[in-house]
Amino acid sequence: MNALHTTADILDIEKIRADFPILQTKVNGRPLVYFDNAASSQKPWKVIKAIEDYYTKLNSNVHRGVHHLSQKATDAFEASRRKVAAFINAAHDYEVIFTRGTTESINLVAHSFGKRFVNEGDVVIISALEHHSNIVPWQMLCEDRGAKLKVIPINEKGELNIEAFRELLDDTVKIVSVNYVSNSLGTINPVKEIISLARYNDIPVMLDVAQAVQHMPIDVQELDVDFAAFSSHKMYGPTGIGVLYGKESWLNKMPPYQGGGEMIKTVTFDKTVYNELPFKFEAGTPHIEAVICLSAAIDYINEIGLDNIARYEHELLVYATEQLSMIEGIRFIGTADNKASVVSFNLDGIHAYDVGVILDQLGIAVRTGHHCTQPLMDIFCIPGTVRASFAFYNTKEEIDALVEGVKRASRMLR
Amino acid sequence: MTINEIQDELIEEFSLFGDWMEKYENIIQMGKELPLINAQYKTDDNIIKGCQSRVWLHADYKEGRIFFTADSDAVITKGLVSMVIRVLSGHAPAEIMNAELYFVDKVGLREHLSMTRSNGLLSMIKQMKMYAMAMHSKQNANGTV
Repeated sequence: MNALHTTADILDIEKIRADFPILQTKVNGRPLVYFDNAASSQKPWKVIKAIEDYYTKLNSNVHRGVHHLSQKATDAFEASRRKVAAFINAAHDYEVIFTRGTTESINLVAHSFGKRFVNEGDVVIISALEHHSNIVPWQMLCEDRGAKLKVIPINEKGELNIEAFRELLDDTVKIVSVNYVSNSLGTINPVKEIISLARYNDIPVMLDVAQAVQHMPIDVQELDVDFAAFSSHKMYGPTGIGVLYGKESWLNKMPPYQGGGEMIKTVTFDKTVYNELPFKFEAGTPHIEAVICLSAAIDYINEIGLDNIARYEHELLVYATEQLSMIEGIRFIGTADNKASVVSFNLDGIHAYDVGVILDQLGIAVRTGHHCTQPLMDIFCIPGTVRASFAFYNTKEEIDALVEGVKRASRMLR
Repeated sequence: MTINEIQDELIEEFSLFGDWMEKYENIIQMGKELPLINAQYKTDDNIIKGCQSRVWLHADYKEGRIFFTADSDAVITKGLVSMVIRVLSGHAPAEIMNAELYFVDKVGLREHLSMTRSNGLLSMIKQMKMYAMAMHSKQNANGTV
């Protein structure tokens, strides 16, 4: 725990807010209230300065040059891989593959795992809570291989039906891919139970932890998960970089995703010998700056402490839910018992888009729409929701501003 | 009134509003007053899909002029749609095709035409212009211009 940001178990939010320069922004003359953290989080000075440091002190291509700068950049690059591995407690550094983001990580597994292990008549299981990025790559795989996509249903609270999942499991199922936390509803899924049920049937599990890794400690070994995917930009790091964690045993059996530089050992016109892990899956010059600066984001999260973050964000969630529930005509979408700091709602007879426009005038940034989960919105028979998602730099005062804003929107739009 | 005269009229109306609240209250009011599209035209064929709000658009061609009716599921979008219809409806195809919609910027609503809004408004204007273009070529082919 870092004394700068915490006093005993209480986070010093004012000090934390001072670390995020963008939070000083004024929108339409009002202080910005940033509640779109599930879409992308803001960056602390530590990360912003790391980006400047990279271009002023390190910039060079990695893994190839014998010169001084290339060595330094490579060292920083690989140190970042070790930091990510430690952050999720991977058994080996080379089980951490850098990608462009969660979407590319899932596409990589759907493509490479699918090519090797999914055949005609096989089944891939996802859930009704998935983001399009955890639906479409599997749909494409199934179309390509003549396999079938099956979906774990949810109840009216937005919780997965584990009994139904159990019934879907048989020897035609080749992989299960679900999110840890739903981006639209905030539901925290019982992934330990999902993994142990799948494991009992010898089925590997991929977890989309894009909405979990910034909110709670994740230990891939303790979870015994086979693949996990997440994005740097949702965890206070730079955009354009993400992580695929994969168990060594699976990654070694999978063919490469893309061909090119870095991923080869030797190339002749007759045959190419692929490089070993992790480079086999990292074709081309990577996003070096972002990889190195993701390390600064992890340092920042560790300074504050994920346990402290989880506790404080839960407090914000409870407060927001209580305060918003007093608004007449509000309907929450997603009322799971176990939730991350996401509140999704609609006002009776009012389109989410209209609410978003009025809140924007008040300087409050929320997300409106289907949140890239159209099938989930169809289940609730709605075109979309208003979603407020909180980070540890948000405050109860900001939630009060949201509540006032929603009341005002409700008065104007009725 | 020409298209530009109507735009200037709208700009003058909006200049009277003191703050954003009054402006948006007016847009919402215009949305509520938008003459309803005939139910038979509110079909999937006539839907303009934005990512967030949807717009239905129907065009009638009468005596050399195009008349638009529309609807939206979001009331602010509906207000914006109503403004665009007030400006473009009832004019000749060539006028609609060549119209430059400067009023959106002048009344401070430019952000509603940006890509991120995905409210279907930009696609609706494109659709209106395409319809005008189609009618214009038809007029030319028939030698009525």
